[in-house]
Amino acid sequence: MTRVIVDPITRIEGHLRVEAIVENGVITDAFSSGTMVRGLENILAGRDPRDAWAFVGRVCGVCTTVHSLASVRSVEDALRVAVPPTAELIRNIMLTTQYVQDHVIHFYHLHALDWVDIVNALKADPKKAAELAQSFSRWDKNTSAYFAGVQDKIKAFAASGLGIFANGYWGHPAYKLPPEVNLIAVAHYLDALEWQKEVVKIHAVFGGKNPHPNYLVGGVPCSIDVNELGAINSDRLNLVARLIGEADEFINQVYIPDLLAVASFYKDWAKWGGGLTNYLSYGEFPTKGYNHPESFKYARGVVLNRDLSHVHPVDARDPQEIREYIGSSWYDYKGGDAAGLHPWAGETKINYSGPKPPFETLEGHAKYSFVKTPRWKENPMEVGPLARLLVSYASGHTDVQELVKDTLGKLNVPVNALFSTLGRTAARGLDAALAMIWLKEFFGQLMERVKINEVSTFNGERWEPKTWPANAEGVGLVEAPRGSLAHYIKIHDGAIENYQLVVPTTWNGSPRDAKGQRSSFEQALIGTPVAKIDEPVEILRTIHSFDPCLACAVHLYDPQGRHLHQVSFE
Amino acid sequence: MQEKGYSRREFMQFCAVAATAAGLGRTGVAQVASAFEKKEKPAVVWMHFQECTCCSESFIRASHPIVIDALLDVLSLNYTETLMAAAGYQAEKSLNDTIRCHKGKYIVLVEGSVPTGDEGVYCMVGGKTAESILQTVAKDAAAIVAWGSCASNGCIQGAKPNPTGATPIHKLVDKPVINVPGCPPIADVMMGVVTHLLVLGQIPALDSQGRPKEFYGRRVHDTCYRRPNYDAGLFVESFDDENARKGYCLYKMGCRGPITYNACSVTRWNGGVSYPIQSGHGCIGCSEAGFWDNGPFYQHLPSFPGFGIESTADTVGTVVGAATLVGVAAHAVVTSIRKRSVIAEVHAEDQKES
Repeated sequence: MTRVIVDPITRIEGHLRVEAIVENGVITDAFSSGTMVRGLENILAGRDPRDAWAFVGRVCGVCTTVHSLASVRSVEDALRVAVPPTAELIRNIMLTTQYVQDHVIHFYHLHALDWVDIVNALKADPKKAAELAQSFSRWDKNTSAYFAGVQDKIKAFAASGLGIFANGYWGHPAYKLPPEVNLIAVAHYLDALEWQKEVVKIHAVFGGKNPHPNYLVGGVPCSIDVNELGAINSDRLNLVARLIGEADEFINQVYIPDLLAVASFYKDWAKWGGGLTNYLSYGEFPTKGYNHPESFKYARGVVLNRDLSHVHPVDARDPQEIREYIGSSWYDYKGGDAAGLHPWAGETKINYSGPKPPFETLEGHAKYSFVKTPRWKENPMEVGPLARLLVSYASGHTDVQELVKDTLGKLNVPVNALFSTLGRTAARGLDAALAMIWLKEFFGQLMERVKINEVSTFNGERWEPKTWPANAEGVGLVEAPRGSLAHYIKIHDGAIENYQLVVPTTWNGSPRDAKGQRSSFEQALIGTPVAKIDEPVEILRTIHSFDPCLACAVHLYDPQGRHLHQVSFE
Repeated sequence: MQEKGYSRREFMQFCAVAATAAGLGRTGVAQVASAFEKKEKPAVVWMHFQECTCCSESFIRASHPIVIDALLDVLSLNYTETLMAAAGYQAEKSLNDTIRCHKGKYIVLVEGSVPTGDEGVYCMVGGKTAESILQTVAKDAAAIVAWGSCASNGCIQGAKPNPTGATPIHKLVDKPVINVPGCPPIADVMMGVVTHLLVLGQIPALDSQGRPKEFYGRRVHDTCYRRPNYDAGLFVESFDDENARKGYCLYKMGCRGPITYNACSVTRWNGGVSYPIQSGHGCIGCSEAGFWDNGPFYQHLPSFPGFGIESTADTVGTVVGAATLVGVAAHAVVTSIRKRSVIAEVHAEDQKES
């Protein structure tokens, strides 16, 4: 039995440590630990609720905008503010843009190197790579001269030391792609890096900057007036239209074709990494207002035990449904370690009880993470693109059903292939493809509203604190790119009394609960093969398939404290 | 460098400046010279502590150069947890190799503050505290850049009550730090600082808070295209009112442009597309120390007579938000004394040589 420790887990946001038990080349148990905390919930107490979006936006700069959106929704929910339809459309445009950009970044820059061997791409024949790429995509850059140019760049780069690509697991037997596919993926890695800075200009138009564009309780901060220079006018709308067109091309002619090409060589990964069997989605993209989830593009609900014939309703306000536990986390609750608290009654009292750093392992510590453990009716849930697709599929959303069936057909795999590391990664691509369709739709609707001059972007009826009740509570739900996100706020006398966040990686990356039930990361690692314990690329594949968002780290120590690849024990 | 037309003397002078600013003293000059004479790209490590990765995300939004050209041609980024292929043991090897093989020559870029509360357990990588890692990488660094407000002034986790003891980098290391604040800093500003250091081979001129004057020498208000509206008394009174659509001044909506030193209204964001004020929201002052506690954001600043456009952070910064600046300024004075003594030392040696 070997305890393989990976810290830092790189190519994620934040600081994550994984300790996995490997027996006979297969993972039999795992521990996921978040090793950084900032105490933002404590910092929010006493602040102006209208400022909260700016504070909590800084929870994450990778999934930028989503926390700000959840925050303004929570305050609007508490104060009963209806957002003008044009503002709702702009928010939808912001969020679909975020899906599209974030998923491309994840696929190429955070996840691809688990599947793509950059060094092997040097062996590719650029002409063959071009023929192959042209067979599955009409993207006009895919020529042999282009691939030869990329190969030259990588050669020169390799000669100068590889920089960010140094010390990867290159040549590991788990890499299965032919050199030409590796070259195509590397070329598009470079292109995706260049393209992603373009699409976020949509955020800059409506929110002034990216990362961390501006939001506003009651609407959006920008104004629309096609007869003014200082507002969103026809020039700005033209820029957004062009960026959307380019994004459509990149998603459908680069990302999706590459995803399918890479996936077709890794079908064995449809067997591993399935993890939990429960899926949660809050639903997203309101088309008739936030309080009408039945009109959302993605459905709200829960799928239990992979039973797609039944969707359970979710009520985020019900104190019996969503609760957070700290039995394995470095916090104290007034009610003790066994208590589960609904976020409106949530507490954030940090109490680190782990080993004194520097330490080698968290083994033997009942508490081993700064991440709390959320449960839905006591059940651990997976959240993220796969969960969203499954809940909408089971809810009868035909656009989702058709896309899922079509993709499974192209890969020639059965529906249960979705419940895997590969399925999770493929689901993210479909999530981006759907978001792209909806982004175009929302922008078209925005243009229609501009035509008829229905351009109000702000409802100021409850702007002044004197219009607020003495006590109010609200919840802001968002399906963020990484999954279900909830912000809970309590307002007292115009100030924040309590603010709690239950974020996607809290669901997926949390430690086990008091009953010993594992959360997504830990459960998904079980059964995953590890060919070489000193180069555990398989752990990265499954962990990265969730697109974790915390604070990160992979280190292996022996009992003497020297750095080794593993710790062996009886 | 010499191939680019610099004389030997100019080159040695430049290295003296670079080494001086990097706190290496005279012995360091030879190291810096050899670093730039070789074709080898400068080795750079990017550390991640208490942060949200918005600085990394901003960096990859750069429009000139685009980030991939910078990574391939300008610098050798040997460690960054966000993008590097290696993980765990292999990632740590990349860091250790850089420290060992480029001793005294590598550049450290830091994203995030360092928590000093409870013996540093609030941020650990590989079982080690952020503070111990910072000390290890800083010891033999040629220069240290603090990316963003977290590393420069503690940013959000340093806001009251600062539960984890979040501390900016310049308070923890015994050498000068170039502060590039902002939440995040503008991508092209970050790239400008990289160019200043690694291509021009100069430590940029810094203000009393260690910020490059090139980008932080002017107030957002003084360079804002809406400034004439302020001068004419034309203000937005409510979001999306008639005045908002006309693009009037956002001062009454709480805009912090008058007390914020940053390049937003000139460089703008995302390849020059916009900046917060242009898109209808006031500046929240994200590049100023303590800005999170300088709210509420929508409450307008006290009556503001307007400083002359020639004012800089050095002269005005002590008036506005004086309390929060005292500590920073004290540090800056110590830093600048240290720098001056090293510069004098180099000049003395230069005169001996000539």
